[in-house]
Amino acid sequence: MELVCPAGNLPMLKAAVDQGANAVYIGFRDDTNARHFAGLNFNDKQIREGLNYAHDRKVKVFVAINTYAQPNGWERWTAAVDRAADLGVDAIILADMGVLDYAAERYPNVNLHLSVQGSATNPAAIRFMHRHFGIKRVVVPRVLSLAQVAHLIQEAPVPVEIFGFGSLCVMVEGRCLLSSYACGQSPNTFGACSPAAHVEWRDTAQGQETRLGGVLIERRSHDEPAGYPTLCKGRYDVAGELRHAIEEPTSLNTLDILPGILAAGVSAIKIEGRQRSTRYVSQVTQVWREAIDACQRNPDAFRPRESWHQILAQVSEGAQTTIGPYHRPWH
Amino acid sequence: MLTNSQNTPRLTLGPILYHWPREQVLDFYAEMLETPVDVIYLGETICSKRRLLRPEDYWELAERVAAAGKEPVISTLALIESDGELKTLQRLCADERFLIEANDLAGLDYLEGRPFVTGHSINLYNQRTLAFLAQRGLKRWVLPVELGRETTAALIGSRPNGVECELFAYGRLPLAYSARCFTAYNRNLGKDDCQFCCGDYPDGLLVSTQEGVPFLSLNGIQTQSATTHNLLPVLAEVARLGVDLLRISPQSSRTADIVKVFADALTGDLDLDQGLARLREWCPSGLSDGYWSGKAGIASGTVV
Repeated sequence: MELVCPAGNLPMLKAAVDQGANAVYIGFRDDTNARHFAGLNFNDKQIREGLNYAHDRKVKVFVAINTYAQPNGWERWTAAVDRAADLGVDAIILADMGVLDYAAERYPNVNLHLSVQGSATNPAAIRFMHRHFGIKRVVVPRVLSLAQVAHLIQEAPVPVEIFGFGSLCVMVEGRCLLSSYACGQSPNTFGACSPAAHVEWRDTAQGQETRLGGVLIERRSHDEPAGYPTLCKGRYDVAGELRHAIEEPTSLNTLDILPGILAAGVSAIKIEGRQRSTRYVSQVTQVWREAIDACQRNPDAFRPRESWHQILAQVSEGAQTTIGPYHRPWH
Repeated sequence: MLTNSQNTPRLTLGPILYHWPREQVLDFYAEMLETPVDVIYLGETICSKRRLLRPEDYWELAERVAAAGKEPVISTLALIESDGELKTLQRLCADERFLIEANDLAGLDYLEGRPFVTGHSINLYNQRTLAFLAQRGLKRWVLPVELGRETTAALIGSRPNGVECELFAYGRLPLAYSARCFTAYNRNLGKDDCQFCCGDYPDGLLVSTQEGVPFLSLNGIQTQSATTHNLLPVLAEVARLGVDLLRISPQSSRTADIVKVFADALTGDLDLDQGLARLREWCPSGLSDGYWSGKAGIASGTVV
């Protein structure tokens, strides 16, 4: 099972490689990828250096071009595919059927992965994408239980990658428009959920307010911790009750079910967080490398070490972690 | 007249997105057959546990729709996770009497090679995706709801012959799907013990911000906007662009009246301002139209 780690810049890529990632995924500096944040991502020179660094150490590099191209801007996506192919990356992670069609026709020898943003959650969907675009792997959205993942692996025509750790999307990826509803830009159209330019923080007499596109998505008392301002993790009024109507400010951590993930036949486990720090990538990669190695040596005796949980808790967004959709009661 | 152009979009009725009692559903369609919609989409698109109507019931309804001189289309589930859901989809797609709307990529696998429709939850964002799907049999696409006039115009400008464009023109916006049932979650029930509590909310469960602004509407695993997206103000523009069909999404009351407002506005028998005033009365959380002009979907009054 491959460990696939995030890198938002060259130091993060090197940290992931040094700490034992089998593959690192990155993006270009524009809206062609789903972590289109200011100051993040790679230019060609940095990618070349990163590729050399990773390949010298037998680590793969994937480039995510996993947003949806509209007619006005289409060439940016085809140019991104051209660049990734020319640079000789190990795989391109795509979501848009049009971009997949272009890449498959133009670069039949380049490995294409279907991004989590491609929103394929069942064997028929994966079969369709495999038949037409020859995808070599699918990253499945965070909606399936572990039992469903195991079953999907039996039926799917390609290896399956899942998310193991990091921020948790509650909605099926690639089909969540909550962000653009509030502020006009979504992961699909802009490459970011709740983009920073549309977020406002304000101290008021009633507490600290977070607004997205002017919409009040959270108001907390001054002693409560502030989380990442995604609107699905805020508190709202539901039938007169103030509550987390969609999800609490939790993040995903599947360390406790690693033997089950391994037994299910998952081919790769992905760590979320290209927008996080070098320290985050370094520590999370280190823990997951140790955990996967320990689990592969002796899955029956595998118990996550307390020190791993402590390290991961320190870098998790929000105070709580969850096994999320892999655990049926979460649904 | 609304427009001098020859194209007048036809009206369609989207699938019922909520969990209404069987009798209400049957009464609703009996009423809809009398309205000026040309196309009626039928089927459960949100939750596979909702089984008050079975595929047989939808097929029977489809026969009635056809007999009334309208076009029936069978709509399918938007998020497919389990084997059971896949089998139901396969069964629906195996029936070749009716046109079928795919709402999950799985539908494309079964429908490829014959005429089909893609719903708004199939990500068709550009001309290459449109051309690719047209080669597979796409007859009509419903534009993803976050896309606006600029992309609509460009796609229509490059569409293959005979492929129709449908816009989600009126209703609470379908914004997201999840493994989690949010209705059950907010009633502190597990999804496996949901007690079909979504049936208690015939137009979804309202979520308001902490300052009391209506924001979202929870409908089982689907999250909708609380506001009602409305393209009535731009009927002339969508007609000029060559949009073929305008979808009205069912709500628990006044749907026939809403259809009539659109129909009369299209023929020029109803002034737009009058029509808007009526629509406003019938949507408790307000109208929105921001997506059409490339702004936030919740914004209103942005289109003209």
